Amino acid sequence: MTTVEKPQYRVIGTRPIRPDGVEKVTGKALYGADVRLPGMVYGKILRSPYAHARILRIDTSEAEKAPGVLAVITHADLPVAADRVEELGESAVNVKEVSENILASSKVLYRGHAVAAVAATSPHLAEDALARIRVEYEPLPPVLDVLDAMREDAPLLDERRRTRTLMTGELSEKPSNVASYNRFQGGDVEAAFAEADVVVEREFRTKMVHQGYIEPQNATANWNADGTLTIWTSTQGAFAVRNLVAEVLKKPIAQVKVVPMEIGGGFGGKIPIYLDPVAALLSKKSGRPVKIVMSRTEVFEATGPTSGTVIRVKASARGDRLTAVQATLIYEAGAFPGSSVGAGSMTMLAPYDVPNFDIHAYDVVVNKPKTAAYRAPGAPAAAFAIESIIDELARHQKVDPLVFRKVNSARKGTKMVNGIAFPRIGHEECVEAALSSDHYRSPIEGPYRGRGVASGYWFNGGMQSSVLVAVNTDGSVNLIEGSTDIGGTRASLAMQLAETLGIPYEDIRPSVVDTDSIGHNDVTGGSRTTFATGMAVYEAGMAIRREMVARAAKLWGLPEDDVEYDAGIVRSKKDGRQFTFKEIAAQSARTGGPITGKASLVARGVGGAYGTHIVDVEVDPETGKVTILRYTAVQDVGTAIHPSYVEGQIQGGVVQGIGWALNEEYVFDDEGRMLNASFLDYRMPTALDVPMIDTILVEVPNPGHPYGVRGVGEVPIVPPLAAIANAIYDATGHRFTELPMSPTRIVQALNGLA
Amino acid sequence: MHAFDYARPGSLAEALALAGNGRQVLFLAGGTDVIIQLREGRRSCDLLVDLKHIPELTRITELPDGGLEIGAAAPLAEVYEHPQVRSSFPALVDAAGIIGGIAIQSRATLGGNLCNASPAADASPALMALSATLRIAGPAGERQLPVADFFLGPGRNALQPGEILVAIRIPALPPRAGAFYHRFIPRNEMDIAVASSGVYLALDGDGRIADARVALGAVAPTPILVPAAREALVGREPGIEAFEAAGEAARAAALPIDDMRGSAAQRRHLSRVLTVRALENALRRIRGGQPAGGSHQS
Repeated sequence: MTTVEKPQYRVIGTRPIRPDGVEKVTGKALYGADVRLPGMVYGKILRSPYAHARILRIDTSEAEKAPGVLAVITHADLPVAADRVEELGESAVNVKEVSENILASSKVLYRGHAVAAVAATSPHLAEDALARIRVEYEPLPPVLDVLDAMREDAPLLDERRRTRTLMTGELSEKPSNVASYNRFQGGDVEAAFAEADVVVEREFRTKMVHQGYIEPQNATANWNADGTLTIWTSTQGAFAVRNLVAEVLKKPIAQVKVVPMEIGGGFGGKIPIYLDPVAALLSKKSGRPVKIVMSRTEVFEATGPTSGTVIRVKASARGDRLTAVQATLIYEAGAFPGSSVGAGSMTMLAPYDVPNFDIHAYDVVVNKPKTAAYRAPGAPAAAFAIESIIDELARHQKVDPLVFRKVNSARKGTKMVNGIAFPRIGHEECVEAALSSDHYRSPIEGPYRGRGVASGYWFNGGMQSSVLVAVNTDGSVNLIEGSTDIGGTRASLAMQLAETLGIPYEDIRPSVVDTDSIGHNDVTGGSRTTFATGMAVYEAGMAIRREMVARAAKLWGLPEDDVEYDAGIVRSKKDGRQFTFKEIAAQSARTGGPITGKASLVARGVGGAYGTHIVDVEVDPETGKVTILRYTAVQDVGTAIHPSYVEGQIQGGVVQGIGWALNEEYVFDDEGRMLNASFLDYRMPTALDVPMIDTILVEVPNPGHPYGVRGVGEVPIVPPLAAIANAIYDATGHRFTELPMSPTRIVQALNGLA
Repeated sequence: MHAFDYARPGSLAEALALAGNGRQVLFLAGGTDVIIQLREGRRSCDLLVDLKHIPELTRITELPDGGLEIGAAAPLAEVYEHPQVRSSFPALVDAAGIIGGIAIQSRATLGGNLCNASPAADASPALMALSATLRIAGPAGERQLPVADFFLGPGRNALQPGEILVAIRIPALPPRAGAFYHRFIPRNEMDIAVASSGVYLALDGDGRIADARVALGAVAPTPILVPAAREALVGREPGIEAFEAAGEAARAAALPIDDMRGSAAQRRHLSRVLTVRALENALRRIRGGQPAGGSHQS
């Protein structure tokens, strides 16, 4: 449905096949694991068996003598890293901490923390050699729970760390595991609570969860004798890898080339670097190209999941108004600071116009892997808390939960908790579309069946993009870009170029190239690529249009002002003479040479995204199993460039949300050992666990983009946790405030089991 | 993973000779457990003996009395697609059809599932309910063992060094008898039983329960038979009262642990729920109906 008049597009809104589709379905696309170089050897990493320990001594001498071994490295082989923050786009990292995470120096901070690495002529020999490395540890008590970590007497992960209060920049006097504290305040919550009809207060908990990408992290590095370095890897951002590797290894950026291979899923988890500098140093030391591929266990134990959280919310309603929200969000950062609590605290209230709020946010280090981004990082757990509370408030006030959301909806001009006013947004339109949907108008009947709804918000990102467009003499076009294609962006970018140039989509061949072949591009993250790289594509397309007008004007001997470009035709305004796109392209050699366009920009005008979801569930009270009967996701998508991929993004986000709601969690024992580091026991939904996810695309074009694009990939994971919790409440009368709402938890609650 | 030798005998005699040569030997049938265990360092060996090319171990033979002998290394897909298995032993289809996923079932075997001796193995309670016996060959000749006596603990079975599980024998069911197996898993596929129940019911001429067996998986160090459930059933009218009594007996017999797949309390509770539902479905089968629940899962 389109809620605002939108232009008639020729290509945008159609559903062509993706340029990378055939290669992928025929198995010919090249992934990191496919890289084979002459003389290549294999790297393996020795990892800490302890969640928290001091490293007293590492003896690699026996490993160096082991059969087939060509190089052994430890943290001592890394240059001393600068203690400074590097912006990655969706996240920022401290380079020293990146270096510590890649190979631990004096302390290991989680089980699986890398301590040494070996390169050998076969992966098995490398593995055998790992067993010959002697590491002496002094085990320390692990800190696994954020509330424990915040206690005065908690063991410290880093004795030098002090709490930074973000509003003032002040550092605490005492060292602490709380890396940062932030607060957003507006109005007077206490006064609002005093005048409210109802005040609800609850504590919610979520566990660490994994992005669930299928392809493990990998890197193959070739360190040349002249010091130049090439890395083939699976990443959401080749330039982020390049810059971080250069920083960690103290090399000029231009000496590092990163070749992005096809990516088997990322969801935020493939923004950080883990293996790239290790493979590089092993290559430097061995003189051979070195390839490292993680096992699934390594992926779980040693790469970044998203934070487990504790969130306390107190909120009030008067009549049908949400009058006040007080919330404390405590997020696990993992071994190093930098959880997604900032985004959680800022997105939590974004769907609503709440006059009184007081939000406290804590970023807390614990002895678990350093968290990374995961699809709308920080927002789903916050939405789980607030959207459960809103359900309760609406029920108490006997207001339909969607009507309650509509009445209290944020609109253009509503201020976010940070004081910034929203531009044109589409939450209200999403709620209206949900209210009038066939799903919401159909009754839900039967014992232990229930319906839940929830909304969610995600900022979306802009950031830096560069593209090159080259017009060939036959009129075909190469689109050269540096944004990793995870969700079909080759197609969505080529479509925007086809729309801009007025030529067929099929005439454009998009390629994602290495870091030597295009200007800087920030990571594919923050749902930014179709928006921001799309904006660059538009500008490069406009440059080509201008160039074609100039060429025609020259041929006709007219001033450029008398020539116009319209839908792939260059026309004289004077006499109607015209050239087609192909005709100008064919004459390029004699009219001034190759026709190219380029654009490099920081994309402004980001449009945030909202979703409102409806879910019906059935709960088996005897087994605690939840079946998703029907699911409808409504989302403001701005303009759906390729509706199938937009729907696919929404469906994918919902499925991940279903997994998070019902079964997914990192299970740790008291020593900090992850007990379910495999896809057998880390239970993501399978195809048999989810119904068809229906989507309703609401199009409120983003005024900040030439085609009205809003990022679409992340917000669909925000509402499902609460929507499902609300549906389970409706089905059983039991409100679950801890995730996952696994059969164990549900059957125990419904049957009073110990 | 350490280096090991691989052998592919073409006869049982050859395999037995390899098994008794003093080296640390592991057997490979489907390999869906053992290869992972070798890779992850949970098992090691000097010699891996592949049993998939021994005719006796891979064929499915109909016995004259209506029973069936299934080679230990026959792939599960061949087992559950076998016409006689489908018509006479649907409880075996219940189990064989849910071990791993479709791709795994083309490779994994009943013998492997039993020898791996996981307390949560799906084949075990189903075969215990069906009173299967195992044909075991060794240096001293062949012996037979009821499947219920095969399991000694997690990962431990009754095979002596040098012995090979050759085949699984399932006796014919009497008239008016039926069996059913199911498990509880949090998902709908690709999972391991949190608890499971395999049951067998036989009715006499008056429609009363003449014989019964209830076996449970994943609620004790080994799969277990529940004799008290049999006592609660035999001689009674088949129906919810008798089934609930058997379910209670199953709950009382369960000795589960808490782990990341489920809690002990949940498993005790599920022992009852799954047993009652399995008995209802076995009765439906006796009466010519289809089991309730659609899939093979709860």
